[in-house]
Amino acid sequence: MLEIKNLHATVDGKEILKGIDLKIEAGEIHAIMGPNGSGKSTLSYALTGREGYVITEGEVLFKGRNLMDMDPEERAGEGVFLAFQYPVEIPGVPNTTFLKEALNSVRRYRGEGELDAMQFVKLVREKTKLLHMNDDMLKRAVNVGFSGGEKKRNEALQMALLEPSLAILDETDSGLDIDALKTVADAVNLLRKPDNALLIITHYQRLLDYIVPDHVHVLAQGRIQRSGGKELALELEKNGYAAFTAGAAA
Amino acid sequence: MSTESFTEHPFVDHWGALRDALPGQDLPWLSRLRESALERFAECGLPTPRQESWKYTSLRPIEKIGFGVDGAPRACISIDRAPSLLPTASDHHRLVFVDGHYRADLSTPGELPDGAELTTLREMLTRDPDWVEAQLGSAALERGQPLLALNTAMMMNGFVLRLAKGTVLHEPVEVVHLGGAGDRPLAYHPRNLAILEEGSQATLIEHHTHLGMTERGEQPYYTNSGTEVVLAKGAVLHHYKLQAEAPNAFHTATVHADVAADALYDAFGMSTGAQLSRNEIAVRLAGAGANCHLNGAYLLRGDQHCDNTTRIDHLVPDTACSEIFKGVIDDQARAVFQGKITVHRDAQHTNGHQLSKVLLLSDKAEIDAKPELEIYADDVVCSHGATAGDLDHDALFYLRARGIPETAARAMLIEAFLAESVHNIAAQGLCPALMSSIGHWLADRRGDF
Repeated sequence: MLEIKNLHATVDGKEILKGIDLKIEAGEIHAIMGPNGSGKSTLSYALTGREGYVITEGEVLFKGRNLMDMDPEERAGEGVFLAFQYPVEIPGVPNTTFLKEALNSVRRYRGEGELDAMQFVKLVREKTKLLHMNDDMLKRAVNVGFSGGEKKRNEALQMALLEPSLAILDETDSGLDIDALKTVADAVNLLRKPDNALLIITHYQRLLDYIVPDHVHVLAQGRIQRSGGKELALELEKNGYAAFTAGAAA
Repeated sequence: MSTESFTEHPFVDHWGALRDALPGQDLPWLSRLRESALERFAECGLPTPRQESWKYTSLRPIEKIGFGVDGAPRACISIDRAPSLLPTASDHHRLVFVDGHYRADLSTPGELPDGAELTTLREMLTRDPDWVEAQLGSAALERGQPLLALNTAMMMNGFVLRLAKGTVLHEPVEVVHLGGAGDRPLAYHPRNLAILEEGSQATLIEHHTHLGMTERGEQPYYTNSGTEVVLAKGAVLHHYKLQAEAPNAFHTATVHADVAADALYDAFGMSTGAQLSRNEIAVRLAGAGANCHLNGAYLLRGDQHCDNTTRIDHLVPDTACSEIFKGVIDDQARAVFQGKITVHRDAQHTNGHQLSKVLLLSDKAEIDAKPELEIYADDVVCSHGATAGDLDHDALFYLRARGIPETAARAMLIEAFLAESVHNIAAQGLCPALMSSIGHWLADRRGDF
């Protein structure tokens, strides 16, 4: 589904990603773990097309198509979804308006019909029920005044509505207490399907107790340093990243 | 048509042709008032950027066009109905003016409660000239105000809203001005009075728009209005205005408001039209507990120029003002915001806040913001701020990452930026019309941000 080949990316002229290779198949869960500053967030933004993240070398194929040629909205239409580490607050835009616009934009892109107000409300109710969310969050402005847990649940709701083939969870555990973390992890597990894939980007192992990965990769100094099964995460938790960052200070 | 061309004394040259058509010929005090105003205007002419308060706005294009005047309405203009900013079912009071002339056939003043009068200046000069004499110029100080002097000299008509003590008008008053009916460039000078006695309340909506007769090429026109607002103790006036003049029109409006103890002047103005416009509002907070809100929004593109100049004087202790102007500027359009708050020496416990926020959508768009606080009292809470910038990049990326195309995402953020101001107004019935005029502005731009 996703194939990253020798990806190099710069931010403000500084090379952050120095040759990433990664292959994710439908149905798989991959975790990328790494210390701060290793390029984890840069990878998620490079994959979703954020301005300022410049690809200098390599390519990324998504379902066989060159992802890097597409605008962020096209990537979303193709089925790439980024659950933000820090979901953005947008005063003045009601959450419902935002969700409906997003869903219908993606449906238009995919050649499906747009939903009218009634159909949308029905669908969104279904999803909030599934995720045990309070409808109150729909009426408020996008993420404005949301608690850390509410913001992440709102990300899960967007994921439920947009039904991506590849969801990238960027440090989803940051800012969450253990109960909120569990709720969000449950939501993500509920949304799993055999034909979609997950890429979990995380510093700590604890999220992986709830969303169990098939593959774990260590990202340090802009490269995948090591790959393994879920036991690699436990090893990192025990020994830290020191073995992979040696020489970084040089 | 030599009198129509550029002259050294724009407007003054039309006086001879116009004077016989002006109302109140039989009132010596009014003739004197007009003549002295004309003299003052002739002395200084239209304001120029050499004057401090006109530093960023030039009226040169108005001089160049050489607007004429019409003493009588053009009979041939047939209009079925004038547009309304309120829901059609709404039972409100409406006055309609076309090129500055009152159109009784289009107006529906409706049933007014006892103690309320809603009429035209022309009618009031016949009905109660002494009252008009007492009111005209009571709030508006013409010193250093050539446009107001011009208005006083040439005023043909306007609306009068007069509420007796304790009178509450439950339905809003809507005043519609339609311009651009002339077959040559015309200027008109509406003069309005809103005089609210103790404890009275009203909502006043002004809509300045045009006939939209593009098929025969609309002539430019110039509206120069003057409005005097006097609020006695405890009176409340919500004053809203949508300036959606024709794209080639000119619009200058001067409002002077006197606010007594515990009274509230709550104003919100939105500007989308005219090639050149200026809203100048001066408020005097003259009694303890007097309060004013001066808020505004504007959407500009092309070569439009829009100037919002406000002056608030806190004259006595315990008064408050809040002021938020938000603008969206595209292309090479230009906005000016000059906001002056003066806290006079005795005005302790003043609470004054002012903010100008602007979205610049192009590299050539411009805002000249000049916030000014002059504080002569020592126990006050005052703040001001001015920001100008692009749309929030994080928000834009967030929306696009959810599949919303860039133009639609930008439109959503611009709408949200202004929606806050619109939804804060007290007259909720007006919100849909204001939001839809924002929507139309954005729709015209879509695909080309």
